[in-house]
Amino acid sequence: MDKKLTKNTAGTIQTLANDFFTGVYKVYNFTLLAVKEAFLPPYEWREIVRQCYEVGCKTLPLISLTGFITGIVFTKQSRPSLSEFGATSWLPSLVSIAVIRALAPLVTSLIMAGKVGSSIGAELGSMRVSEQIDAMEITATNPFKFLVVSRVLACALMLPLLVLYSGAVSLLGSYINIHSNELISYRAFLEDAFSKISFLDLFSSFIKSAFYGFTIGITSCYKGYNSAKGTVGVGSAANQAVVYSMVAVFLEETVVVQFINSFLR
Amino acid sequence: MEIPQIIPAAIEVITVSGLQKAFDGVPVLNNLELKLHKGENLVVLGRSGSGKSVLIKTIAGLLPQDKGLVMVMGKDMKNLRGKDLEQLRLRIGFSFQSSALYDSMTVRENLEFALVRNKKKLTRKEIDEAVIKVLTDVQLLESIEKMPSELSGGQTKRVGVARALVLQPDIMLYDEPTSGLDPLTAMEINKLILKVQKEYNTSSIIITHDLTCARDTGNRIAVLSGGIIIKQGTFLEVFSSDDAMIKGFYNYNFINKQ
Repeated sequence: MDKKLTKNTAGTIQTLANDFFTGVYKVYNFTLLAVKEAFLPPYEWREIVRQCYEVGCKTLPLISLTGFITGIVFTKQSRPSLSEFGATSWLPSLVSIAVIRALAPLVTSLIMAGKVGSSIGAELGSMRVSEQIDAMEITATNPFKFLVVSRVLACALMLPLLVLYSGAVSLLGSYINIHSNELISYRAFLEDAFSKISFLDLFSSFIKSAFYGFTIGITSCYKGYNSAKGTVGVGSAANQAVVYSMVAVFLEETVVVQFINSFLR
Repeated sequence: MEIPQIIPAAIEVITVSGLQKAFDGVPVLNNLELKLHKGENLVVLGRSGSGKSVLIKTIAGLLPQDKGLVMVMGKDMKNLRGKDLEQLRLRIGFSFQSSALYDSMTVRENLEFALVRNKKKLTRKEIDEAVIKVLTDVQLLESIEKMPSELSGGQTKRVGVARALVLQPDIMLYDEPTSGLDPLTAMEINKLILKVQKEYNTSSIIITHDLTCARDTGNRIAVLSGGIIIKQGTFLEVFSSDDAMIKGFYNYNFINKQ
């Protein structure tokens, strides 16, 4: 009985490991193809611009709201701890460091994974199921370039801009909160906020956001483009696009933080 | 409607020989042999799940073949890659069962999509003229600015055919062109298939399980069962067979429904 159970468990682990490594290999090939196709003509400029609009402008209201609230809440939650040491004057620099280095890239990426990732997963999934991708292929149009490359580029290009915008909105939220409590002027707030921010902070935030955008685009497109048949397949593609994108962003953030702290600071 | 006559064997535009295709080890096509001659409409009849759609998707290169030979316009599909495959595909029109219209684009954009990407020398005016011509031929010019979601089932099928025709293909592949349509709309689609054969000089494979469609559009009928073609010939030749499956098909379509 025990031997049988051990054998079954070993078999399950082997199958899971097999599936995992096959999946990683497929994603690797998918990513390589996306990078290759991005550099090869013809270029789908119109579709890239349209996708940038879809990804960027349509996410803006949600990012404005979350960025603003993040700024206010983070400031409010930090004040009691700092006031214990009589260090509330450090609030602007504390908030700006947290927002620029971690909160804005992470929160914006997660929102993009939720809003854009699910939309890409569902859209490409339903195009696969309704044979629209086959229809493009049969008319000698490269569906990968038109559908995948344009979306991945749009995500990678727009996320850094959205992160900068989200950071600015968060600082605005923080300023409003600090101004109403400590009566600090906006000039003093900005001077304090940026006194502890270096070029490396802004630059690394910008670059890592582009990687996160690329990851979200690739993950969502991979799940949608390879969606299983049927409505269940489409739903699952949308769901997995979000979950895998979020997990990938967190994993990347962990590695990036280690890298920046170990080698650049 | 006049029953199409068999066209004397001429140039073979599609030759399928010993074609095998399996999914997860389950064989769907098993040493299948089929020929499509220039100018003819060949109807492939078969039950649901008999592998009809797999057959034309393999012919179009949308599914890879496991074994066998698929020659289209004298070219072996197995060896075609990249530009060569794209060039051949421009000569094949495919009307999908679900029509597969791009639902984020208008009818005009659906038709222009392949045209602007593959016929780059065409001017804006020539593209407009080509789109208007095919939409006039399928009698849907008034729907040119509509979205696919605004079209009826029959209109969607006709736009699907128009999208294939706009590239002026030599071969048309129809996947269940009348499925899900009422008899009158199905009759209109049958007439359209004959019109396309005559006016666009196409050779076509029509996949269906609708015997009315088979009778009205096919110069030749091939019955697919168990992964092979079990009977070929004119409509009358095929349905004078004693095969139980073929008889069952005929009885259900033309006797039970009356």
